Amino acid sequence: MSDSRERILGRVRDALAPLPRRAPLPDWSEALAVRRGTREAGDLWALFAERLKAVNGTPLTAVPDLVALLEAGGWRHGYCDPALWPRLRGEFPAAFTVETEFDRRRVDDYQFGITAAAGAIAETGTLVLSDRGTSCRLGALAPWVHVAVLRREQIVADLPAAIAALPADPNVIWVTGPSKTADVEGILIEGVHGPGREVALLLAG
Amino acid sequence: MARQSIDAFIAALPAEKRAAVYAGTKTTHEKRAQLLLDHFVDSDRLRRWAGEIKQHVLENLDTYLPQVEAKLQANGAQVHWAATADEACAAVHQIMVAHGATRMVKAKTMVSEEIGLAPYLEQRGMEALETDLGEFIIQIDRDHPSHIVRPVIHKNRAEIARSFEREGLGAYNDDPETITRRARQHLRPKYLAAGVGLTGANFVSAESGRLVVVTNEGNSRFSLAAPRCHIALVGIEKLVPRDHDLALFLNLLARSATAQNLTVYTEFISGPRAPGQPDGPEEMHVIFVDNGRSAILAGDCREILRCIRCGACLNVCPVYRQVSGHAYRSVYPGPLGAVLSPLLAGEQFAEKADLPKASSLCGACQEVCPVNIPIPDLLLRLRDRGKREHAPAAAAGTPPMGAWALLAAQPAIWKTALAAGRILNHLPVKLIPVPALRAWVARRTLPAWRGGEFRKWMRQRRRS
Repeated sequence: MSDSRERILGRVRDALAPLPRRAPLPDWSEALAVRRGTREAGDLWALFAERLKAVNGTPLTAVPDLVALLEAGGWRHGYCDPALWPRLRGEFPAAFTVETEFDRRRVDDYQFGITAAAGAIAETGTLVLSDRGTSCRLGALAPWVHVAVLRREQIVADLPAAIAALPADPNVIWVTGPSKTADVEGILIEGVHGPGREVALLLAG
Repeated sequence: MARQSIDAFIAALPAEKRAAVYAGTKTTHEKRAQLLLDHFVDSDRLRRWAGEIKQHVLENLDTYLPQVEAKLQANGAQVHWAATADEACAAVHQIMVAHGATRMVKAKTMVSEEIGLAPYLEQRGMEALETDLGEFIIQIDRDHPSHIVRPVIHKNRAEIARSFEREGLGAYNDDPETITRRARQHLRPKYLAAGVGLTGANFVSAESGRLVVVTNEGNSRFSLAAPRCHIALVGIEKLVPRDHDLALFLNLLARSATAQNLTVYTEFISGPRAPGQPDGPEEMHVIFVDNGRSAILAGDCREILRCIRCGACLNVCPVYRQVSGHAYRSVYPGPLGAVLSPLLAGEQFAEKADLPKASSLCGACQEVCPVNIPIPDLLLRLRDRGKREHAPAAAAGTPPMGAWALLAAQPAIWKTALAAGRILNHLPVKLIPVPALRAWVARRTLPAWRGGEFRKWMRQRRRS
């Protein structure tokens, strides 16, 4: 394979050698690359919530609202990040079964998964999950409902800010609404391989 | 005059497929245009910047490739290089063997189609399962994608429902939601049983070594959550200089591809899973694939390597809309494919020399391109090359221009012909024996032939 490396890099060097000059890197303007109305927004949570709703996600600000949503859907068996559960358990009725360890042999047993967000992007209604901050990747992906717990100060305005704030983590994923496809006749269907419901739960400090 | 193969293809295309492709591409195109207009003050400037950034990367790949390799290695990924399709397939196969894996789940990657990875692995007793819904349907039907973003744009729900029934995924049901749920159920255990998850990369930051992979369905994330080994197949042109530049490209990509603000899952991967994370790969391999790209870089069509595979040029193209993807006989269809496919064919260029002619040169493809590739110019360069290399496919369907070329190439004959053209002014055009032409001229007045008068005027002007 090291032969191939030399061969490819050699060909690339040979291809570029005759160029009289190389194209410079343009200095592009962040302000022009951000959706109108984003940087003017006063309340980032309000903007985030509006944009999340626009992609069929669900912004919530209180645990009882989450419990009501889960009960209405009949989703009573789930997974919760062990670090978050002590804060939430007091508000979950006894009818719920919540595990704090995700058993990958039973992925379909979990109807909801609650994990911590590493951030959020108001411009697009996006939740940011990082590997170090997410207790388990499957717990945030396999259940029908994913709930990301978010703090107000974690929200950034736009994509350039979110890129600048990318955590030093081997894996960061931006999640913008529920999993979807339009492969069959262009018809939008949610919940393909990932969650059919994507919830952002804003909690104080 | 031999017919172009694309014309033969369209003559045989069922009307309903044509209608489906036309409707699907038109809707996406219109939504895309509206979104860019509504969201940005000057989206045209954004795509010109994005094009300049990619051009800069291409012209500095000799610096950026070693840089990204070092970054990836520092991040804990293993880097491999594949000069050809065969080398790329062999590299994947070797990693699977070393890992003791026989099953792979695949996210959508065009480069894996290009190198023929799934058949290669299947011939060696391994399973390579497509997980993107559209690609999964293509795989069970042993078909080929006809669009780079919407692989089954040419199939209707009834065909898909029949395929699912045949594969034992339940009784016939053509409800798109049922089809989707069945694929979800079917693929869940496959992810968990797979030893390897394979993805492509939409972008790779040379600055940080982060791979960016976007999907709407979440299948790439599942392929990186269940299996213990991640292989990424990456074309050497996929780099961007800095993380910062990703914001611009991500804003343009989803809007151009599917008229979304952002693709649902945008994953930034710079290495194996974090310590303490129970899910995801313990090993990460990145295979940089050349397969003809360095040769394209050396030629006069290198701008095509800016392409970020959004499909906007397919959706807007009047030819693609009518003929759909299979007409291009290549992994990459549409205007981008009409440039890229003959180039990637390398020594078999002549076989695809007709593709650059599958265009009216209307320029819509460049206008929508998020990296501003001058596709019409590149098509003309390739038409020229086809002629120079005497590729029969490059001449098919072209009216004979030999007589005109003879005149135009010799000034003396040209001048005589210009003057002789005055005869046309005395032709009894009203008596043309072709009824349709006679009807046409009956309602029109042809301008008088004034061949040679400009030259005369020039001569007099010089004298005075």
